[in-house]
Amino acid sequence: MFRKFTISALAALALSAGAAQAAGSEGHIEDVDFSFEGPFGTFDQNQLQRGLQIYTEVCSACHGLRYVPIRTLADEGGPHLPEDQVRAYAAQNFEVFDAELDDFRPAKPADHFPVSNLENAPDLSLMAKGRAGFHGPYGLGLNQLFKGMGGAEYIVSILAGYTGETKEEAGTTYYENTAFPGGWIAMAPPLAGEDVEFADGHANDLHHEAEDVAAFLMWAAEPKMMARKHAGFVGVVFLVILGALLYLTNKRLWAPHKGKKIA
Amino acid sequence: MSGIPHDHYEPKTKGEKWVHSRLPIIGLLYDTLMIPTPKNLNWWWIWGIVLAFCLALQIVTGIVLVMHYTPHVDLAFASVEHIMRDVNGGHFLRYLHMNGASLFFFAVYIHIFRGLFYGSYKAPREITWIIGMIIYLLMMATGFMGYVLPWGQMSFWGATVITGLFGAIPFVGEAIQTWLLGGPAVDNATLNRFFSLHYLLPFVIAGLVIVHIWAFHSTGNNNPTGVEVRRGSKEEAKKDTLPFWPYFVIKDLVGLVVVLVIFFAIVGFMPNYLGHPDNYLEANPLSTPAHIVPEWYFLPFYAILRAFTGDVWIVMAASWITGGIVDAKFFGVLAMFAAIAVMALTPWLDTSSVRSGRYRPMFKWWFYLLLIDFVVLMWCGAMPAEPPYSTISLIGSTYWFAYFLVILPILGVIEKPLPQPASIEEDFEAHYGNKTPAE
Repeated sequence: MFRKFTISALAALALSAGAAQAAGSEGHIEDVDFSFEGPFGTFDQNQLQRGLQIYTEVCSACHGLRYVPIRTLADEGGPHLPEDQVRAYAAQNFEVFDAELDDFRPAKPADHFPVSNLENAPDLSLMAKGRAGFHGPYGLGLNQLFKGMGGAEYIVSILAGYTGETKEEAGTTYYENTAFPGGWIAMAPPLAGEDVEFADGHANDLHHEAEDVAAFLMWAAEPKMMARKHAGFVGVVFLVILGALLYLTNKRLWAPHKGKKIA
Repeated sequence: MSGIPHDHYEPKTKGEKWVHSRLPIIGLLYDTLMIPTPKNLNWWWIWGIVLAFCLALQIVTGIVLVMHYTPHVDLAFASVEHIMRDVNGGHFLRYLHMNGASLFFFAVYIHIFRGLFYGSYKAPREITWIIGMIIYLLMMATGFMGYVLPWGQMSFWGATVITGLFGAIPFVGEAIQTWLLGGPAVDNATLNRFFSLHYLLPFVIAGLVIVHIWAFHSTGNNNPTGVEVRRGSKEEAKKDTLPFWPYFVIKDLVGLVVVLVIFFAIVGFMPNYLGHPDNYLEANPLSTPAHIVPEWYFLPFYAILRAFTGDVWIVMAASWITGGIVDAKFFGVLAMFAAIAVMALTPWLDTSSVRSGRYRPMFKWWFYLLLIDFVVLMWCGAMPAEPPYSTISLIGSTYWFAYFLVILPILGVIEKPLPQPASIEEDFEAHYGNKTPAE
């Protein structure tokens, strides 16, 4: 009885991730080995800074990051830029409308990143959590369990998934993309490789750029990831110790009432 | 309070006597905590404590989250992001609350199936069972409304689909739906009332939990043998029981902490695993997601809801008999609520005189099949409503109803139960040997 119950219970838990499944024509998503994956994975600060550069020089032309405060670029567990750099970055790159001045002024660290410039360009603040790269199999949720939800992988696969084919429908040009559900996306290929020059001389081919910006967007979507994993780890360690002590207490407590186990 | 004879609280000091003669609250707490508990309870009995913990966790984290949340269609989504980014520890609190709901339902399902296997619903514990079922229904309502509050895509469309179920009621459905939503569609009025009720219902649940505990403290706990504690005298009862404190408090805490290790690992390392990515997109009434899927804990009943389509003969028959009043959609809604109603009626549907499934050789297998059925239905609920899943859902739903309405009543008549132990003491000693504590 108990074994079956346990198996069913575990199966129920595994199945539950079926909620994350979706059918239809799924695109091809490649599994990227990101530094932030797994229980002990951390963000690569340099990679986040490179990703920020790509976002600023390429993506931000159309896409906003409305939920991300610019000041968080200085946060530990993020790009961790020096405060003066963040201030300069905000002032150089963005203008915000100030209701008190009734005019535009250069952005300050306390401001958020702007909203999207193009109406049909989705905001990217939560894109890495709002998409799942991995599903199934058969709604069992095992792929998400072992590979992660795959939001960042989805972004990489989209950015690197253009075939070069285009088609026009009702006055809109669509670009063929192997990762996009349905196969045709309205966004023109944003990256071609060598779109930005990294100060640290890091490789700037298409795939490296795509990974860097995907890592940055993962941070933008989940800025407290490292703090969360740390808290979770501390919680698990203390609970394991507490559990061991309680187990021994329980054993001792019951010992006078239990003889030798027969069955 | 308890039917099992035991030592009651006697105020000793002057202060205690002073309080006791005015308000016997210390005695109430003492009797509750020292209640004689069958000493053969196994580990399936820890889930009550896990559930109590979940309720406390959800209320405490929820109250703090409310301090930073804004229930308005234009601000709700942004305020949740504010919690995730700016509030100290907000991200962890929110993930605790989000996954706490999953732990709550995971625990309640084990708790319910434990009761179904060991016959905990049988006389004299019917009221405990019924109150438990009401708590479960309120949990579903609370969980559903809580899922709407972040105002993501799945929040909005889930709310639209589920409130749409009420629209399927003949004649008055549309009026009821409008009344529930506070308007023609899910909008700010809906968000506000869901927020209000999501805050209220947990306290109703807390009240019912007290009644639930009161009820089974009056009848005494069931136990894995289903054999009642002997109550002829205090001495006799003592052979079958041990006081709740410290024996079962410590044992339950061991179980709770083991469960929490897994829970904290999920919250810390994969907090979005049980969620749906679409809920990280702000609600957009103009864009329907490709697949509207409820949270995992609703999936079995969602599968039953969708199983009864217009081409199923019983649906056609119902439609023909009622002159089209009961259409496929309404039939599905009825089936979904009936699936829970039959569980609530188990005390009267199970005709067997033996409580515990341990001594019911035929019942066991039907029960295991019900467990598998539950998991299969959960899986079907997550899959698109198309063959082969629709067929599997229909078979699964049929078994669900057959188990409660046909199999349980018949089994009690035809099954020849195995011999039960004469007492709890005998069962306990069969497991752990005879050892009287040195006193």
